[in-house]
Amino acid sequence: MPAIETFALEKSYSIGFWRKRRVAGLKPLNLSVEAGEVFGYLGPNGAGKTTTLKLLMGLIFPSGGSARILGMEIADPRMKSLIGFLPEQPYFYDYLTAAELLEYYAQLSGVPGRERTRRVEQMLARVGMSQSARTQLRKLSKGMLQRVGIAQAILHDPKVVFLDEPMSGLDPLGRREVRDLIQTLKDEGKTVFFSTHILSDAEALCDRVAILHRGELRGVGAVDELTARTQSRIEILFHGLEGITLLSALGAECHATGETVQAIIAESRQDEALDALRRQGARLISLTPVRATLEDYFIERLGEKTGKVEVAR
Amino acid sequence: MNRISAVAFNTFREAVRDHVLYNLIFFALLLVGAALLFGQISIGIQRIVLVNLGLTAISVFGVVIAIFIGIGLVSKEMEKKTLYTILSRPVRRWEFIVGKFGGLAWTLVVNTLCMAIGFFAALLLLARHFERADSWLVVAIYFIILEFVVVTALALLFSTFSSPVLSAVMALALFVIGTFAEDLRAFAAMSHGATRVFATLAAYVVPNFASLNVISSVAHGQPIAASLILYNTVYSMFYAAAALCGAILVFEYRNLK
Repeated sequence: MPAIETFALEKSYSIGFWRKRRVAGLKPLNLSVEAGEVFGYLGPNGAGKTTTLKLLMGLIFPSGGSARILGMEIADPRMKSLIGFLPEQPYFYDYLTAAELLEYYAQLSGVPGRERTRRVEQMLARVGMSQSARTQLRKLSKGMLQRVGIAQAILHDPKVVFLDEPMSGLDPLGRREVRDLIQTLKDEGKTVFFSTHILSDAEALCDRVAILHRGELRGVGAVDELTARTQSRIEILFHGLEGITLLSALGAECHATGETVQAIIAESRQDEALDALRRQGARLISLTPVRATLEDYFIERLGEKTGKVEVAR
Repeated sequence: MNRISAVAFNTFREAVRDHVLYNLIFFALLLVGAALLFGQISIGIQRIVLVNLGLTAISVFGVVIAIFIGIGLVSKEMEKKTLYTILSRPVRRWEFIVGKFGGLAWTLVVNTLCMAIGFFAALLLLARHFERADSWLVVAIYFIILEFVVVTALALLFSTFSSPVLSAVMALALFVIGTFAEDLRAFAAMSHGATRVFATLAAYVVPNFASLNVISSVAHGQPIAASLILYNTVYSMFYAAAALCGAILVFEYRNLK
Protein backbone atom coordinates (compact mmCIF):
# COMPACT_ATOMS: atom_id res chain seq x y z
CA MET A 1 0.00 0.00 0.00
CA PRO A 2 1.46 3.39 -0.96
CA ALA A 3 2.07 5.78 1.91
CA ILE A 4 0.68 8.76 -0.01
CA GLU A 5 -1.68 8.76 -2.95
CA THR A 6 -3.41 11.61 -4.71
CA PHE A 7 -6.21 11.15 -7.21
CA ALA A 8 -6.68 14.20 -9.44
CA LEU A 9 -6.17 16.37 -6.37
CA GLU A 10 -6.62 19.99 -7.34
CA LYS A 11 -7.06 23.44 -5.87
CA SER A 12 -8.24 26.58 -7.55
CA TYR A 13 -8.96 30.01 -6.13
CA SER A 14 -11.56 32.60 -7.02
CA ILE A 15 -10.06 36.04 -7.43
CA GLY A 16 -11.25 39.48 -8.46
CA PHE A 17 -13.77 41.78 -6.82
CA TRP A 18 -16.74 39.54 -7.69
CA ARG A 19 -14.64 36.38 -7.25
CA LYS A 20 -15.55 35.23 -10.75
CA ARG A 21 -12.08 34.52 -12.12
CA ARG A 22 -10.57 31.14 -11.24
CA VAL A 23 -6.85 30.61 -10.85
CA ALA A 24 -5.39 27.14 -10.55
CA GLY A 25 -3.10 26.79 -7.56
CA LEU A 26 -2.72 23.07 -8.24
CA LYS A 27 -3.88 21.31 -11.36
CA PRO A 28 -5.21 17.74 -11.06
CA LEU A 29 -2.38 15.83 -9.42
CA ASN A 30 -1.96 12.08 -9.56
CA LEU A 31 0.91 10.99 -7.40
CA SER A 32 1.94 7.92 -5.47
CA VAL A 33 4.67 7.68 -2.84
CA GLU A 34 5.72 4.27 -1.61
CA ALA A 35 6.20 3.49 2.07
CA GLY A 36 9.77 3.98 3.26
CA GLU A 37 10.71 6.32 0.41
CA VAL A 38 12.37 9.69 0.68
CA PHE A 39 10.40 11.64 -1.89
CA GLY A 40 11.45 15.05 -3.10
CA TYR A 41 8.77 17.46 -4.23
CA LEU A 42 10.54 20.02 -6.34
CA GLY A 43 9.57 23.22 -8.05
CA PRO A 44 10.33 26.91 -8.23
CA ASN A 45 8.65 29.39 -5.91
CA GLY A 46 4.92 29.54 -6.56
CA ALA A 47 4.81 26.12 -8.22
CA GLY A 48 2.18 24.76 -5.84
CA LYS A 49 4.34 22.72 -3.46
CA THR A 50 3.03 24.31 -0.27
CA THR A 51 -0.52 24.20 -1.67
CA THR A 52 -0.15 20.44 -2.08
CA LEU A 53 1.13 20.05 1.46
CA LYS A 54 -1.64 22.17 2.88
CA LEU A 55 -4.21 20.05 1.04
CA LEU A 56 -2.70 16.86 2.44
CA MET A 57 -2.66 18.32 5.95
CA GLY A 58 -6.30 19.39 5.73
CA LEU A 59 -5.45 23.06 6.20
CA ILE A 60 -7.23 23.91 2.95
CA PHE A 61 -9.90 21.99 1.10
CA PRO A 62 -9.51 20.60 -2.42
CA SER A 63 -11.52 21.98 -5.32
CA GLY A 64 -11.55 18.48 -6.76
CA GLY A 65 -10.07 15.03 -6.41
CA SER A 66 -8.99 13.25 -3.27
CA ALA A 67 -5.97 11.93 -1.47
CA ARG A 68 -5.09 9.15 0.94
CA ILE A 69 -2.31 8.82 3.44
CA LEU A 70 -1.57 5.31 4.75
CA GLY A 71 -4.80 4.17 3.13
CA MET A 72 -6.94 6.69 5.00
CA GLU A 73 -8.70 9.71 3.54
CA ILE A 74 -7.03 13.02 4.38
CA ALA A 75 -10.15 14.11 6.29
CA ASP A 76 -9.81 11.10 8.64
CA PRO A 77 -8.52 12.35 12.04
CA ARG A 78 -7.04 8.90 12.82
CA MET A 79 -4.55 9.47 10.05
CA LYS A 80 -3.23 12.62 11.74
CA SER A 81 -1.70 10.67 14.62
CA LEU A 82 0.46 8.78 12.12
CA ILE A 83 1.92 11.80 10.32
CA GLY A 84 4.21 14.66 11.24
CA PHE A 85 4.41 18.04 9.56
CA LEU A 86 6.98 20.82 9.51
CA PRO A 87 5.62 23.90 7.70
CA GLU A 88 7.84 26.32 5.83
CA GLN A 89 9.25 28.97 8.17
CA PRO A 90 7.32 27.54 11.10
CA TYR A 91 5.64 29.78 13.63
CA PHE A 92 5.26 28.67 17.18
CA TYR A 93 3.91 30.14 20.37
CA ASP A 94 6.88 32.33 21.21
CA TYR A 95 5.88 32.70 24.87
CA LEU A 96 6.48 28.97 25.40
CA THR A 97 9.82 27.31 26.01
CA ALA A 98 10.98 24.54 23.68
CA ALA A 99 10.11 21.90 26.27
CA GLU A 100 6.66 23.38 26.92
CA LEU A 101 5.88 23.51 23.21
CA LEU A 102 6.82 19.88 22.70
CA GLU A 103 4.84 18.87 25.80
CA TYR A 104 1.80 20.65 24.39
CA TYR A 105 2.16 19.04 20.97
CA ALA A 106 2.77 15.64 22.52
CA GLN A 107 -0.49 15.98 24.42
CA LEU A 108 -2.35 16.98 21.25
CA SER A 109 -0.85 14.02 19.43
CA GLY A 110 -2.10 11.61 22.06
CA VAL A 111 1.24 10.67 23.64
CA PRO A 112 0.35 9.18 27.06
CA GLY A 113 1.10 11.34 30.08
CA ARG A 114 3.71 9.05 31.61
CA GLU A 115 5.70 8.88 28.41
CA ARG A 116 5.40 12.52 27.44
CA THR A 117 8.25 14.01 29.47
CA ARG A 118 10.62 11.22 28.48
CA ARG A 119 9.75 11.62 24.79
CA VAL A 120 10.19 15.39 24.93
CA GLU A 121 13.63 15.09 26.53
CA GLN A 122 14.61 12.47 23.99
CA MET A 123 13.54 14.65 21.05
CA LEU A 124 15.28 17.73 22.38
CA ALA A 125 18.49 15.72 22.74
CA ARG A 126 18.06 14.29 19.26
CA VAL A 127 17.89 17.72 17.65
CA GLY A 128 20.59 19.14 19.90
CA MET A 129 18.32 21.44 21.89
CA SER A 130 18.70 20.02 25.42
CA GLN A 131 20.64 23.08 26.60
CA SER A 132 17.93 25.43 25.36
CA ALA A 133 14.93 23.40 26.56
CA ARG A 134 13.88 26.04 29.10
CA THR A 135 14.47 29.05 26.84
CA GLN A 136 11.45 30.89 25.46
CA LEU A 137 11.10 30.40 21.74
CA ARG A 138 11.17 34.15 21.09
CA LYS A 139 14.81 34.12 22.19
CA LEU A 140 15.90 31.31 19.87
CA SER A 141 17.68 31.75 16.54
CA LYS A 142 16.14 30.68 13.23
CA GLY A 143 18.25 27.55 13.12
CA MET A 144 17.21 26.56 16.63
CA LEU A 145 13.55 27.17 15.81
CA GLN A 146 13.92 24.92 12.79
CA ARG A 147 15.32 22.19 15.04
CA VAL A 148 12.40 22.58 17.41
CA GLY A 149 10.15 22.40 14.37
CA ILE A 150 11.66 19.12 13.28
CA ALA A 151 11.38 17.79 16.84
CA GLN A 152 7.66 18.53 16.96
CA ALA A 153 7.19 16.80 13.59
CA ILE A 154 8.71 13.50 14.75
CA LEU A 155 7.87 13.66 18.45
CA HIS A 156 5.02 11.17 18.28
CA ASP A 157 6.95 8.68 16.10
CA PRO A 158 4.89 9.19 12.93
CA LYS A 159 5.05 6.80 9.99
CA VAL A 160 5.05 9.59 7.39
CA VAL A 161 6.85 12.89 7.81
CA PHE A 162 6.06 15.94 5.68
CA LEU A 163 8.67 18.69 5.56
CA ASP A 164 8.07 21.92 3.69
CA GLU A 165 11.40 23.49 2.72
CA PRO A 166 13.22 22.07 5.77
CA MET A 167 16.57 23.62 4.80
CA SER A 168 15.11 27.08 4.30
CA GLY A 169 17.17 29.79 5.95
CA LEU A 170 19.70 27.40 7.48
CA ASP A 171 23.46 27.78 7.34
CA PRO A 172 25.54 24.96 5.76
CA LEU A 173 25.97 23.23 9.12
CA GLY A 174 22.24 23.38 9.78
CA ARG A 175 21.48 22.00 6.35
CA ARG A 176 23.89 19.16 6.90
CA GLU A 177 22.17 18.32 10.18
CA VAL A 178 18.75 18.27 8.52
CA ARG A 179 20.05 16.07 5.71
CA ASP A 180 21.49 13.64 8.26
CA LEU A 181 18.18 13.63 10.10
CA ILE A 182 16.23 12.84 6.95
CA GLN A 183 18.62 9.97 6.25
CA THR A 184 18.09 8.69 9.80
CA LEU A 185 14.33 8.85 9.37
CA LYS A 186 14.66 6.80 6.23
CA ASP A 187 16.82 4.25 8.02
CA GLU A 188 14.04 3.98 10.61
CA GLY A 189 11.65 2.99 7.85
CA LYS A 190 9.67 6.20 7.78
CA THR A 191 8.35 7.79 4.62
CA VAL A 192 9.68 11.30 4.15
CA PHE A 193 7.98 13.70 1.76
CA PHE A 194 9.81 16.97 1.53
CA SER A 195 9.49 19.95 -0.70
CA THR A 196 12.50 22.00 -1.71
CA HIS A 197 13.91 24.16 -4.43
CA ILE A 198 17.49 23.22 -3.50
CA LEU A 199 18.10 20.51 -6.08
CA SER A 200 21.44 19.34 -4.73
CA ASP A 201 19.73 18.29 -1.49
CA ALA A 202 17.06 16.40 -3.40
CA GLU A 203 19.67 14.74 -5.57
CA ALA A 204 21.63 13.59 -2.54
CA LEU A 205 18.71 12.34 -0.44
CA CYS A 206 15.76 11.31 -2.55
CA ASP A 207 14.79 7.93 -3.88
CA ARG A 208 12.39 9.62 -6.23
CA VAL A 209 11.41 13.16 -7.05
CA ALA A 210 8.50 14.96 -8.65
CA ILE A 211 8.78 18.27 -10.38
CA LEU A 212 5.99 20.78 -10.20
CA HIS A 213 5.70 23.97 -12.21
CA ARG A 214 2.81 26.45 -12.22
CA GLY A 215 0.62 23.93 -10.42
CA GLU A 216 1.29 21.18 -12.92
CA LEU A 217 3.27 17.96 -12.46
CA ARG A 218 6.06 17.88 -15.07
CA GLY A 219 7.98 14.76 -14.17
CA VAL A 220 8.28 12.05 -11.55
CA GLY A 221 10.78 9.25 -11.04
CA ALA A 222 14.17 8.25 -9.69
CA VAL A 223 16.83 10.94 -10.08
CA ASP A 224 19.24 8.94 -12.26
CA GLU A 225 16.42 7.75 -14.52
CA LEU A 226 15.13 11.28 -15.04
CA THR A 227 18.56 12.75 -15.70
CA ALA A 228 19.29 9.96 -18.21
CA ARG A 229 16.57 11.45 -20.39
CA THR A 230 18.12 14.90 -20.35
CA GLN A 231 19.96 15.96 -23.45
CA SER A 232 23.57 14.82 -23.07
CA ARG A 233 26.38 17.34 -23.28
CA ILE A 234 30.06 17.22 -24.04
CA GLU A 235 32.93 19.27 -22.63
CA ILE A 236 35.57 20.22 -25.19
CA LEU A 237 38.88 21.64 -23.97
CA PHE A 238 41.08 23.27 -26.63
CA HIS A 239 43.77 25.90 -27.29
CA GLY A 240 42.89 28.86 -29.50
CA LEU A 241 40.60 31.72 -28.62
CA GLU A 242 39.44 31.97 -32.24
CA GLY A 243 37.37 28.84 -31.67
CA ILE A 244 35.09 30.64 -29.20
CA THR A 245 33.14 32.46 -31.89
CA LEU A 246 32.66 29.31 -33.95
CA LEU A 247 31.45 27.19 -31.05
CA SER A 248 29.23 29.93 -29.57
CA ALA A 249 27.46 30.02 -32.93
CA LEU A 250 26.72 26.32 -32.46
CA GLY A 251 25.16 27.02 -29.06
CA ALA A 252 28.13 26.16 -26.85
CA GLU A 253 28.84 27.82 -23.49
CA CYS A 254 32.50 28.91 -23.61
CA HIS A 255 34.86 29.94 -20.80
CA ALA A 256 38.45 30.97 -21.47
CA THR A 257 41.39 30.80 -19.05
CA GLY A 258 44.43 32.25 -20.80
CA GLU A 259 44.66 30.49 -24.14
CA THR A 260 42.67 27.44 -22.95
CA VAL A 261 38.96 27.36 -23.69
CA GLN A 262 36.33 25.14 -22.05
CA ALA A 263 33.22 24.70 -24.20
CA ILE A 264 30.07 22.81 -23.14
CA ILE A 265 27.93 21.79 -26.09
CA ALA A 266 25.04 19.41 -26.83
CA GLU A 267 26.27 15.94 -27.76
CA SER A 268 24.24 16.11 -30.96
CA ARG A 269 26.46 18.97 -32.18
CA GLN A 270 29.74 17.32 -31.19
CA ASP A 271 30.81 16.46 -34.76
CA GLU A 272 30.02 19.96 -36.07
CA ALA A 273 32.05 21.48 -33.23
CA LEU A 274 35.06 19.23 -33.82
CA ASP A 275 34.96 19.96 -37.59
CA ALA A 276 34.87 23.69 -36.92
CA LEU A 277 37.85 23.49 -34.55
CA ARG A 278 39.82 21.35 -37.04
CA ARG A 279 39.25 23.87 -39.84
CA GLN A 280 40.34 26.67 -37.51
CA GLY A 281 43.50 24.79 -36.59
CA ALA A 282 42.72 24.79 -32.88
CA ARG A 283 44.59 22.27 -30.72
CA LEU A 284 42.18 19.82 -29.06
CA ILE A 285 43.10 18.95 -25.45
CA SER A 286 40.23 16.72 -24.31
CA LEU A 287 36.70 15.58 -25.04
CA THR A 288 34.63 14.51 -22.00
CA PRO A 289 30.93 13.63 -21.55
CA VAL A 290 29.20 15.88 -18.98
CA ARG A 291 26.89 14.05 -16.55
CA ALA A 292 23.42 15.54 -16.58
CA THR A 293 22.33 16.81 -13.20
CA LEU A 294 18.90 17.09 -11.73
CA GLU A 295 19.19 20.82 -12.28
CA ASP A 296 19.60 20.22 -16.02
CA TYR A 297 16.50 18.04 -16.04
CA PHE A 298 14.62 20.53 -13.88
CA ILE A 299 15.37 23.47 -16.16
CA GLU A 300 14.56 21.42 -19.22
CA ARG A 301 11.16 20.39 -17.82
CA LEU A 302 10.32 23.90 -16.69
CA GLY A 303 11.10 25.23 -20.13
CA GLU A 304 8.56 22.94 -21.80
CA LYS A 305 5.08 24.25 -22.41
CA THR A 306 3.26 20.95 -22.86
CA GLY A 307 1.13 19.33 -20.17
CA LYS A 308 2.97 16.06 -20.69
CA VAL A 309 4.12 14.37 -17.49
CA GLU A 310 7.29 12.39 -17.79
CA VAL A 311 7.33 9.30 -15.62
CA ALA A 312 10.48 7.29 -15.09
CA ARG A 313 9.68 3.78 -13.92
CA MET B 1 -11.40 15.90 26.17
CA ASN B 2 -7.65 15.76 26.71
CA ARG B 3 -7.04 17.75 23.52
CA ILE B 4 -9.68 20.35 24.41
CA SER B 5 -8.22 20.81 27.87
CA ALA B 6 -4.72 21.06 26.37
CA VAL B 7 -5.84 23.87 24.05
CA ALA B 8 -7.73 25.55 26.90
CA PHE B 9 -4.73 25.40 29.23
CA ASN B 10 -2.43 26.79 26.55
CA THR B 11 -4.86 29.66 25.92
CA PHE B 12 -4.93 30.43 29.63
CA ARG B 13 -1.14 30.26 29.80
CA GLU B 14 -0.87 32.69 26.87
CA ALA B 15 -3.18 35.18 28.60
CA VAL B 16 -1.16 34.98 31.82
CA ARG B 17 2.16 35.40 30.06
CA ASP B 18 0.74 38.32 28.09
CA HIS B 19 0.31 40.08 31.42
CA VAL B 20 -3.48 40.29 30.97
CA LEU B 21 -4.09 39.35 34.54
CA TYR B 22 -1.73 41.98 35.91
CA ASN B 23 -4.55 44.49 35.51
CA LEU B 24 -6.22 42.90 38.51
CA ILE B 25 -3.44 44.05 40.78
CA PHE B 26 -3.96 47.56 39.51
CA PHE B 27 -7.73 47.20 39.98
CA ALA B 28 -7.42 45.84 43.50
CA LEU B 29 -5.14 48.67 44.53
CA LEU B 30 -7.44 51.19 42.87
CA LEU B 31 -10.44 49.90 44.83
CA VAL B 32 -8.64 49.93 48.15
CA GLY B 33 -7.54 53.47 47.42
CA ALA B 34 -11.08 54.46 46.43
CA ALA B 35 -12.44 52.96 49.65
CA LEU B 36 -10.08 55.07 51.72
CA LEU B 37 -11.08 58.14 49.75
CA PHE B 38 -14.77 57.56 50.48
CA GLY B 39 -14.12 58.04 54.17
CA GLN B 40 -15.19 61.60 53.61
CA ILE B 41 -18.75 60.67 52.62
CA SER B 42 -21.48 59.23 54.97
CA ILE B 43 -21.50 55.46 55.46
CA GLY B 44 -24.65 54.60 53.48
CA ILE B 45 -23.62 56.41 50.31
CA GLN B 46 -20.06 55.15 50.62
CA ARG B 47 -21.19 51.56 50.27
CA ILE B 48 -23.48 52.30 47.33
CA VAL B 49 -20.77 54.20 45.51
CA LEU B 50 -18.15 51.49 46.18
CA VAL B 51 -20.45 48.66 45.05
CA ASN B 52 -21.41 50.55 41.90
CA LEU B 53 -17.81 51.54 41.16
CA GLY B 54 -16.36 48.14 42.04
CA LEU B 55 -18.80 45.93 40.15
CA THR B 56 -18.90 48.22 37.12
CA ALA B 57 -15.10 48.19 37.00
CA ILE B 58 -15.07 44.38 37.18
CA SER B 59 -17.61 44.27 34.36
CA VAL B 60 -15.81 46.79 32.16
CA PHE B 61 -12.33 45.30 32.71
CA GLY B 62 -13.65 41.85 31.93
CA VAL B 63 -15.58 42.84 28.81
CA VAL B 64 -12.55 44.68 27.43
CA ILE B 65 -10.33 41.64 28.06
CA ALA B 66 -12.97 39.28 26.62
CA ILE B 67 -13.26 41.33 23.44
CA PHE B 68 -9.62 42.18 22.87
CA ILE B 69 -8.30 38.71 23.53
CA GLY B 70 -11.37 36.98 22.08
CA ILE B 71 -11.14 38.69 18.68
CA GLY B 72 -7.62 37.37 18.21
CA LEU B 73 -8.20 33.85 19.46
CA VAL B 74 -8.56 32.35 16.01
CA SER B 75 -7.56 35.15 13.66
CA LYS B 76 -4.17 35.59 15.29
CA GLU B 77 -3.45 31.88 15.02
CA MET B 78 -4.41 31.93 11.35
CA GLU B 79 -2.31 35.00 10.66
CA LYS B 80 0.73 33.68 12.53
CA LYS B 81 0.21 30.19 11.08
CA THR B 82 0.57 28.57 14.48
CA LEU B 83 -2.55 26.65 13.47
CA TYR B 84 -0.59 24.66 10.87
CA THR B 85 1.14 22.48 13.42
CA ILE B 86 -2.04 22.16 15.52
CA LEU B 87 -4.47 21.05 12.81
CA SER B 88 -1.93 18.67 11.27
CA ARG B 89 -2.30 16.72 14.53
CA PRO B 90 -5.37 14.65 15.48
CA VAL B 91 -7.14 17.79 16.72
CA ARG B 92 -10.58 18.28 15.25
CA ARG B 93 -11.41 21.86 14.34
CA TRP B 94 -14.34 21.98 16.75
CA GLU B 95 -12.08 20.80 19.59
CA PHE B 96 -9.76 23.70 18.87
CA ILE B 97 -12.63 26.21 19.00
CA VAL B 98 -14.09 24.79 22.21
CA GLY B 99 -10.63 24.69 23.78
CA LYS B 100 -9.96 28.32 22.88
CA PHE B 101 -13.31 29.34 24.32
CA GLY B 102 -12.69 27.37 27.49
CA GLY B 103 -9.23 28.87 27.94
CA LEU B 104 -10.39 32.46 27.68
CA ALA B 105 -13.49 31.85 29.79
CA TRP B 106 -11.25 30.30 32.45
CA THR B 107 -8.92 33.32 32.25
CA LEU B 108 -11.86 35.65 32.81
CA VAL B 109 -13.19 33.62 35.73
CA VAL B 110 -9.77 33.75 37.43
CA ASN B 111 -9.53 37.46 36.63
CA THR B 112 -12.99 38.09 38.06
CA LEU B 113 -12.35 36.08 41.21
CA CYS B 114 -9.13 37.96 41.90
CA MET B 115 -10.83 41.30 41.33
CA ALA B 116 -13.75 40.18 43.49
CA ILE B 117 -11.30 39.47 46.33
CA GLY B 118 -9.95 42.99 45.94
CA PHE B 119 -13.50 44.35 45.86
CA PHE B 120 -14.60 42.50 49.01
CA ALA B 121 -11.38 43.56 50.75
CA ALA B 122 -12.18 47.18 49.95
CA LEU B 123 -15.77 46.69 51.15
CA LEU B 124 -14.51 45.20 54.42
CA LEU B 125 -12.10 48.06 54.87
CA LEU B 126 -14.93 50.51 54.39
CA ALA B 127 -17.79 48.92 56.32
CA ARG B 128 -15.68 46.97 58.89
CA HIS B 129 -18.05 43.99 58.53
CA PHE B 130 -20.17 42.16 55.97
CA GLU B 131 -23.97 42.42 55.97
CA ARG B 132 -26.58 39.88 54.91
CA ALA B 133 -27.34 42.01 51.86
CA ASP B 134 -23.71 41.61 50.75
CA SER B 135 -24.48 38.01 49.72
CA TRP B 136 -26.36 39.41 46.70
CA LEU B 137 -23.04 40.87 45.57
CA VAL B 138 -21.90 37.32 44.87
CA VAL B 139 -24.94 36.87 42.58
CA ALA B 140 -24.07 40.10 40.77
CA ILE B 141 -20.50 38.85 40.25
CA TYR B 142 -21.90 35.55 38.98
CA PHE B 143 -24.03 37.45 36.46
CA ILE B 144 -20.92 39.38 35.38
CA ILE B 145 -19.17 36.07 34.72
CA LEU B 146 -22.15 34.96 32.62
CA GLU B 147 -21.82 38.24 30.72
CA PHE B 148 -18.16 37.43 29.99
CA VAL B 149 -19.07 33.95 28.77
CA VAL B 150 -21.48 35.41 26.20
CA VAL B 151 -19.08 38.18 25.09
CA THR B 152 -16.23 35.65 24.75
CA ALA B 153 -18.37 33.37 22.58
CA LEU B 154 -19.36 36.31 20.36
CA ALA B 155 -15.79 37.59 20.04
CA LEU B 156 -14.65 34.07 19.15
CA LEU B 157 -17.39 33.78 16.51
CA PHE B 158 -16.29 37.02 14.87
CA SER B 159 -12.67 35.95 15.09
CA THR B 160 -13.34 32.95 12.85
CA PHE B 161 -14.27 35.03 9.82
CA SER B 162 -13.36 38.67 10.38
CA SER B 163 -10.31 40.83 10.89
CA PRO B 164 -9.43 41.80 14.48
CA VAL B 165 -10.49 45.44 14.03
CA LEU B 166 -13.87 44.58 12.55
CA SER B 167 -14.39 41.85 15.14
CA ALA B 168 -13.71 44.33 17.95
CA VAL B 169 -16.17 46.84 16.48
CA MET B 170 -18.90 44.22 16.05
CA ALA B 171 -18.37 42.71 19.50
CA LEU B 172 -18.35 46.09 21.19
CA ALA B 173 -21.43 47.22 19.25
CA LEU B 174 -23.32 44.09 20.24
CA PHE B 175 -22.32 44.58 23.87
CA VAL B 176 -23.55 48.17 23.91
CA ILE B 177 -26.80 47.35 22.12
CA GLY B 178 -27.30 44.34 24.39
CA THR B 179 -26.98 46.57 27.42
CA PHE B 180 -30.06 48.41 26.12
CA ALA B 181 -31.90 45.24 25.06
CA GLU B 182 -34.83 45.93 27.40
CA ASP B 183 -35.24 49.42 25.89
CA LEU B 184 -35.11 47.90 22.42
CA ARG B 185 -37.91 45.49 23.33
CA ALA B 186 -39.97 48.34 24.73
CA PHE B 187 -39.41 50.27 21.48
CA ALA B 188 -40.44 47.21 19.44
CA ALA B 189 -43.65 46.92 21.47
CA MET B 190 -44.55 50.54 20.68
CA SER B 191 -43.74 50.28 16.95
CA HIS B 192 -45.88 49.22 14.02
CA GLY B 193 -45.50 47.34 10.76
CA ALA B 194 -42.05 46.54 9.39
CA THR B 195 -40.34 48.63 12.10
CA ARG B 196 -41.98 46.48 14.76
CA VAL B 197 -40.88 43.29 13.00
CA PHE B 198 -37.26 44.38 12.63
CA ALA B 199 -37.07 45.90 16.08
CA THR B 200 -38.51 42.75 17.66
CA LEU B 201 -36.11 40.58 15.71
CA ALA B 202 -33.16 42.76 16.74
CA ALA B 203 -34.31 42.83 20.36
CA TYR B 204 -34.31 39.05 20.57
CA VAL B 205 -31.20 38.42 18.46
CA VAL B 206 -28.91 40.75 20.40
CA PRO B 207 -27.78 39.30 23.72
CA ASN B 208 -29.79 40.60 26.66
CA PHE B 209 -27.03 42.06 28.82
CA ALA B 210 -29.57 44.30 30.51
CA SER B 211 -30.97 41.28 32.36
CA LEU B 212 -27.46 40.40 33.61
CA ASN B 213 -26.89 43.89 35.02
CA VAL B 214 -28.14 43.91 38.63
CA ILE B 215 -25.40 46.20 39.97
CA SER B 216 -27.78 49.01 40.85
CA SER B 217 -30.15 46.62 42.68
CA VAL B 218 -27.46 44.96 44.80
CA ALA B 219 -25.89 48.32 45.54
CA HIS B 220 -29.17 49.20 47.30
CA GLY B 221 -29.27 45.83 49.05
CA GLN B 222 -32.22 44.48 47.03
CA PRO B 223 -32.52 40.68 46.75
CA ILE B 224 -32.25 38.88 43.40
CA ALA B 225 -35.07 36.46 42.56
CA ALA B 226 -34.14 32.80 42.12
CA SER B 227 -36.14 32.78 38.88
CA LEU B 228 -33.88 35.52 37.48
CA ILE B 229 -30.79 33.55 38.44
CA LEU B 230 -32.19 30.49 36.66
CA TYR B 231 -33.32 32.48 33.62
CA ASN B 232 -29.98 34.28 33.23
CA THR B 233 -28.00 31.05 33.63
CA VAL B 234 -30.02 29.15 31.02
CA TYR B 235 -30.19 32.13 28.67
CA SER B 236 -26.45 32.85 28.84
CA MET B 237 -25.48 29.20 28.37
CA PHE B 238 -27.86 28.87 25.44
CA TYR B 239 -26.69 32.08 23.79
CA ALA B 240 -23.00 31.26 24.27
CA ALA B 241 -23.58 27.73 22.94
CA ALA B 242 -25.33 29.13 19.87
CA ALA B 243 -22.47 31.56 19.19
CA LEU B 244 -19.97 28.76 19.73
CA CYS B 245 -21.83 26.51 17.27
CA GLY B 246 -21.69 29.33 14.76
CA ALA B 247 -17.96 29.67 15.30
CA ILE B 248 -17.46 25.92 14.85
CA LEU B 249 -19.54 25.89 11.67
CA VAL B 250 -17.58 28.76 10.11
CA PHE B 251 -14.20 27.39 11.13
CA GLU B 252 -14.99 23.86 9.96
CA TYR B 253 -15.03 25.02 6.35
CA ARG B 254 -12.46 27.79 6.54
CA ASN B 255 -9.45 27.54 4.22
CA LEU B 256 -6.36 28.62 6.12
CA LYS B 257 -4.02 31.00 4.33
